[in-house]
Amino acid sequence: MPSYPVIKSAAYCLAHVPDLVRYGSKPRRELARQPELATKLAHRLRSYDEAVRYPANQTFIGNLTPETLAAMPRPWFRPAADAGATTPPAQGPFGEIVDQETFYGLLRRADVLQPPLFVTDDKHRQRLAARLAAHPLLPGLNTDSTQLPTSPSLAPPPSSALPLLLGDELYGYFLGDQRAEGHDDENLAAHHLLENLCTKASGSLALNWLLHRAGIEPEQIDFVISCGEEACGDRYQRGGGGMAKAMAELCGCANASGLDIKNFCAAPASAIIMAAALIQAGVHQRIAVVGGGSLAKLGMKFQAFLDHGMPILDDSLAAMAFLVTTDDAKSPIIRLDPGAVGKVPIAASTSDEAVFRHYLLAPLAALGLKLTDIDRFAPELQNPEITEFAGSGDVTKKNYRKIAAMAVLAGQLGKEEMEAWISRVGMVGFAPTQGHIPSAVPYLGHAMAAMEHGEIKRAMFLARASIFLNRCTSLLDGVSFIVEQNPGSARQDENKRNSREE
Amino acid sequence: MLQGKKAIVFGERDDISGTTISTCLRAAGCEILYEATACFV
Repeated sequence: MPSYPVIKSAAYCLAHVPDLVRYGSKPRRELARQPELATKLAHRLRSYDEAVRYPANQTFIGNLTPETLAAMPRPWFRPAADAGATTPPAQGPFGEIVDQETFYGLLRRADVLQPPLFVTDDKHRQRLAARLAAHPLLPGLNTDSTQLPTSPSLAPPPSSALPLLLGDELYGYFLGDQRAEGHDDENLAAHHLLENLCTKASGSLALNWLLHRAGIEPEQIDFVISCGEEACGDRYQRGGGGMAKAMAELCGCANASGLDIKNFCAAPASAIIMAAALIQAGVHQRIAVVGGGSLAKLGMKFQAFLDHGMPILDDSLAAMAFLVTTDDAKSPIIRLDPGAVGKVPIAASTSDEAVFRHYLLAPLAALGLKLTDIDRFAPELQNPEITEFAGSGDVTKKNYRKIAAMAVLAGQLGKEEMEAWISRVGMVGFAPTQGHIPSAVPYLGHAMAAMEHGEIKRAMFLARASIFLNRCTSLLDGVSFIVEQNPGSARQDENKRNSREE
Repeated sequence: MLQGKKAIVFGERDDISGTTISTCLRAAGCEILYEATACFV
């Protein structure tokens, strides 16, 4: 019997950062043009309590299943006053939702530059350090912030500095690279470096949770792959990378090396496939795939929310991490048989039918499977409550209609069965619109739980990448992989059933 | 119907890409003046 690499664990985290929304790409541009929007934006920011209560966020960290979320009446957002007395926990089986002060603590601890990028005063430094120290998982992060330089009070910042606020309270400033080599380099300006450090801090939170969930020491990881969309580097190597090792260093993964994989939104799926291939080839034993959050995507739809009198729902950085290892006869396997990993070749046209033929039908055919052999499909899983207000519709639902249409075209499903089939194999989108984060893999944690409980046996993950956004091609990309209940685990379940019957 | 007409094409990644729309329109004899594909997520 062939052996496959497994997805051993998964972690998902959110950092609720309402006061960083203004530094998202869209709000930043619009606020520069219309400063009066700042007050309107501030009035529509959610409290931490409201973000924790939000059912889509609860689904992301695993306290709710996608099925439970789908049964909840829309709109999912309810003001705290209407949402009942009990706030659900901020920690879930997959990870947690941290508040802004905790995230500022992480951001400061992620800052290794001298002079520092995140300058603060003694009072706030102590407060942020205490915040991390009180957290059950975060004191172990491998930098001692007490050794970072600080000052009794904040000096007047340069005009390019970004104030880091919590409500009305100033916690400090975020600067560009203040050294000589940082001058005249727009890649090292404050907002670019804030974007990169937000990815590092949030990704490190997810990696820390992954280690905790898997019950392993950081030193046991031998390789880390980052799959975020940030561009780290200076003017001579913009987008050069190094994020994976930066996060691994912060989390104490002393024996790991790492690298960054880029494929726009599909990078997490691509990274999981590559991690699995490296494991299968025997190059590494335990690989962590990490995707940090995207500052640029915060507030991307803020104008639509203002227009509809809604709270700003894209107010959180999202991060996730996956542990890929050799077969443990228990965890879900990732199929790496010839042709099982889906791709969209250059020669494919950009028509949806052609794209789906390549990354949906071809892998199933290679494995001798039909679409109806898949228990759940995970396509783009953007929270529809965010995309619909902005006029983009329900992206997840659109994808299911196309998948079902392909099943009909392939003669594997009757046209009249489409809706019922979609309700069985589909789910509602629940991930924040953080670029690479919602692309198929938010379901991986839920899929692992469903396989453990024997509810599903096989899931297919379909991720899309808008690579045409690089202005170097008009192509798009698609990546897919199939995860199955481990045959060893299935045999153990069968043995248990047989022994009970005897 | 589209022979000799001029078209401006807006596509979307999660619907129909601009490239695909343009390919169909060109096949029908249309001239594409501008084409863009947006990604709204």
